Amino acid sequence: MLSAHQLSCQRGTKRLFQGLSFSLPSGHWIQVKGPNGAGKTSLLRILCGLSNPAQGEVLWQGQNTQSTRSAFNAELHYQGHGLALKEELSATENLQSGAALRGLSVSPQAVQAALSKVGLKGRSQLPVKVLSQGQKRRVALAGLVLSSAPLWILDEPFAALDVAAQSSLQGILDQHLAQGGLLVFTSHQAIELQAPGEDLDLGVFAA
Amino acid sequence: MNKVALRSAPPAPSMGQTLWALLTRDLKVAARRQSDLATVVFFFGVVAALFPLAIGPEMGTLRLIGPGILWVAALLAAMLSMGRLFSADYADGSLEQLLLSATPLPFLVAAKIAAHWLLSGLPLVILSPLLALQFDLPGEAVKILMLTLLVGTLSLSLVGAVGAALTLGLRSSELLLSLLVLPLYIPTLVFGAGAVQAEMSGLGAQGHVSLLMAVLMLALFLCPWAAASALKIALE
Repeated sequence: MLSAHQLSCQRGTKRLFQGLSFSLPSGHWIQVKGPNGAGKTSLLRILCGLSNPAQGEVLWQGQNTQSTRSAFNAELHYQGHGLALKEELSATENLQSGAALRGLSVSPQAVQAALSKVGLKGRSQLPVKVLSQGQKRRVALAGLVLSSAPLWILDEPFAALDVAAQSSLQGILDQHLAQGGLLVFTSHQAIELQAPGEDLDLGVFAA
Repeated sequence: MNKVALRSAPPAPSMGQTLWALLTRDLKVAARRQSDLATVVFFFGVVAALFPLAIGPEMGTLRLIGPGILWVAALLAAMLSMGRLFSADYADGSLEQLLLSATPLPFLVAAKIAAHWLLSGLPLVILSPLLALQFDLPGEAVKILMLTLLVGTLSLSLVGAVGAALTLGLRSSELLLSLLVLPLYIPTLVFGAGAVQAEMSGLGAQGHVSLLMAVLMLALFLCPWAAASALKIALE
């Protein structure tokens, strides 16, 4: 269970949103919506603890995430605007080092299986810098496939993906939710997920 | 706290394995972008090689100025590469992932500093005896030079990491970084070059080397924590 209590976010002199509360039980999702500059990314960064809210707190399993940092981080998979891929390394190497940093040990077979699931089978040994933007996004998707974290916080996961990759991402998210995972994501598209969930419109909480 | 176990994952790697993964990742990236390493080594080599040419072949003078010049060249070469410590990770989003790792950030920062030192400090130590030949330094002094560079460049990397973290994402960060860390580099420079000179004048380098070690211990203890705090602020 992830819950937010009376969150507000201040950027410079501008208050982006205030009084934002929600609770997200396991197996459910929240899609954060709002126009550009409404504070979608800021909200996600507050939820995962990269920034501090001006007011309010974020609770994970009933405990403040700031006071249980390391335990919370171990159960979180965050994907921001930067995909955290090293251009010089291959997709396989990126996934392996990424998993190790997230505290996962993954077998080479699991990495190859994840890469073929997202359609990068023949490209696993190429340096990431020669891949297209969409293909880099697919490498990040393979990182999701390998993740065993219960809470996924994804910033614009559907951006720059073609139709096939979008449906495969949708499948990955459905599977995550069906296994009892939690998902918070932003997207400008209407996403049809099988699990129950709700939209969170930041416009309602605008100051 | 009831954990939501999703997939039957293999046992999580220990902290040592996580740090090792980060270290080897940085080394692999550097191995495929050799220009960064080449810049540091080239700078050190060229600066140290130009002085004897400009000053002339007067052995006594060269021996006198050799330790100082080699140390200044090493310090500037080390500083040249400092700005790159976190900037690539900052640009591609890897730094956010480090902050969100279950491993405490100071340890991850220490692993990054270790990788950076292996790439920018250790090559200077290895190259230094060759450059010392040009200044006609005696064998014992060369040994002390290598020892002080080994200890000293580690301190430089540690202190520089704090500066690199503080200036991350700022405009003209390279200039600010130099202004910030140069004063902090001075003790290392003084004791490092002083040790070699003391050895050559027959006083023995013991005292200077001890002080250099003390600076290293202090930096080792404080800098990873300071840099980690600065990174958190930079990413807020």
